[in-house]
Amino acid sequence: MSILNGKKVVIIGDRDGVPGPAIADCVKTAGGEPVFSATECFV
Amino acid sequence: MLNAVIKATGYVLAHTPDMVMENGTTQTTEKVVNPNSEYLKQLPSHLRTYEQAVAYLPNQTYIGNMTPDELGEYEQPWYPHTAAKSERFGKFGEIMPEDEFYLLMQACDVFELVYLEENFVAATIEKFKAHPLMREDIIARINSGVSAETVEHFVNEEGAEPLAMNGKTVGYIKRAHDVDGNLSAHVMLENLVSKASNVLAILHLIKNAGIDPADVDYVIDCAEEACGDMNQRGGGNFAKAAAEIAGLSGASGSDVRAFCAAPAHAVIEAASLVKAGTYRNVVVCAGGCTAKLGMNGKDHVKKDMPILEDVIGGFAVLISENDGINPEIDNTVCGRHTVGTGSSPQAVITSLVANPLDKNGLKIPDIDKYAVEMQNPDITKPAGAGDVPAANYKMIAALAVKRGELERKDVATFGNTHGMVGWAPTQGHIPSGVPYLGFAREQLLAGDIEKAMIIGKGSLFLGRMTNLFDGVSFVVRKNSGKHEETAVSDDKIRKMIAEAFRGFAQDMLAEQE
Amino acid sequence: MDLENQKRVKEFAEEYGPENVVVILGAAEGEGAGLAAETVTNGDPTFAGPLTGVQLGLSVYHICEEEIKAEVDPAIYEEQVGMMEMVLDVDDISSEMKDIREQYCKY
Repeated sequence: MSILNGKKVVIIGDRDGVPGPAIADCVKTAGGEPVFSATECFV
Repeated sequence: MLNAVIKATGYVLAHTPDMVMENGTTQTTEKVVNPNSEYLKQLPSHLRTYEQAVAYLPNQTYIGNMTPDELGEYEQPWYPHTAAKSERFGKFGEIMPEDEFYLLMQACDVFELVYLEENFVAATIEKFKAHPLMREDIIARINSGVSAETVEHFVNEEGAEPLAMNGKTVGYIKRAHDVDGNLSAHVMLENLVSKASNVLAILHLIKNAGIDPADVDYVIDCAEEACGDMNQRGGGNFAKAAAEIAGLSGASGSDVRAFCAAPAHAVIEAASLVKAGTYRNVVVCAGGCTAKLGMNGKDHVKKDMPILEDVIGGFAVLISENDGINPEIDNTVCGRHTVGTGSSPQAVITSLVANPLDKNGLKIPDIDKYAVEMQNPDITKPAGAGDVPAANYKMIAALAVKRGELERKDVATFGNTHGMVGWAPTQGHIPSGVPYLGFAREQLLAGDIEKAMIIGKGSLFLGRMTNLFDGVSFVVRKNSGKHEETAVSDDKIRKMIAEAFRGFAQDMLAEQE
Repeated sequence: MDLENQKRVKEFAEEYGPENVVVILGAAEGEGAGLAAETVTNGDPTFAGPLTGVQLGLSVYHICEEEIKAEVDPAIYEEQVGMMEMVLDVDDISSEMKDIREQYCKY
């Protein structure tokens, strides 16, 4: 069963990991709909 | 045109444990959402004494008493260790204690906003006077103080921000306007802390450079605060404000703002201004920020560690005309993250590292040392944010593998040979590449390395104006030995060519006639 | 997790129904990923944000987990995340995430 297809996807990226917009580009190709994308910064 | 050089550097810290409680946003937020939390109760017992903060290995590295390589030899975590050379002053600067820093804040206040309790001033002023870099005119700016009742009144009734020492209020910062939020006591405190730590860094820089302060032409402040009233919130010029107190009478200045990437942007701009001949001596500098004090404190307390984010950082770099000796800023090798670069980590590293090297026929391993964001892993690892410099070195190494410039097996060790451990406090712009400039200058002068790349990265999205990331990079290299005299002879050559052409043209004209 | 982000997660769960929402993380470390995952399933473990005591039980994954990678266009994944696979400790992150999902995930 698909995890992302048809789902509303909330993205919490990380400046020192994978940033939000990069995750959003991936999610779209899997049929997920990014409804929110943030990038956190711990430094 | 000759490349500008890095003539000197200055690095300072101010140990401000009381500001962790009063002004760090992790703590001020907690006081709003969870005023009776265990964290707030436990935090005071995790604060370090001044002596502990001075003995802390990364702090001794920041002021130049140890090299990053020496720091790297110590087993992590570093906080249980004590530095062999544990001194207030180092070759780059100093670690100033909180009480003297409050006096310096008052010296930096030109609008009668900082008030200190009279007994506190009396107890501290002699120490302040004994400071080797505090000139008479700076000391004269300290006033004798106000009564304890006045302090209490302004803190409790007038919305002043308290200044505390060991938990006891010893002064306050008054709001600069009754209505204007941009001149609130809170904002004035942040801005005065930034200004004072910047001034301290400039004072050390001038001493280290051995130049007449009046010879500085221009100052660029690259901190992360904003100053202005409600009609121009980011009006700015922290640079000139700091230059005034530091005694740079011949300088103008301006501010560069680009989050954590600002210092790298500012150095490139300064180097270009000097190379173009616009100015001869440009200081790039920044003070630190109170907001980030204790930023990861919850994790540090939870893990029974000391609060390591208890220092305000500052730095200053003097960028001057080529003297034929000091390391050059090679601004033909500048990387930049553009609007179209995208946010994927490989796109970011390609734009900052690979693209500028490609343009100059260099490979990733050709750069001896990379200075990325030199955040201290002691602070970030317990907070689940990892070892930021180590992750950056792995990214650069991974890119080198993809480009066929490095063996995959060497990814893990690339950071040991082409990088360093991080030692800078998590003060945003302070760790961003520039803490290495002092060591880079020495290593390049000594011939230990040939080229270093300084990389600054910034999280623009935090300002909610764009989702874009940002970053720029530049290369510092050993001086090629070409300096002013060569420039003069270049001029001579130009004159000779011009004369030859003139003669040639005259001959042609004569022939036509 | 940032307080504003917690607020948004809560709002989206209410607006679309928690069963229709998936959270994808990009954290740099297993521990950070685990904390964020716990926040959107069992509530904010730091007791600071709007999700304190709120057990949303959302479906939550890290972008580097095999399950997610398998669903993404390989060329785009390589372009956007490929290099970070070499940098991050994917095994550690995956095991933290799995742990949290087994304990708190409802969907």
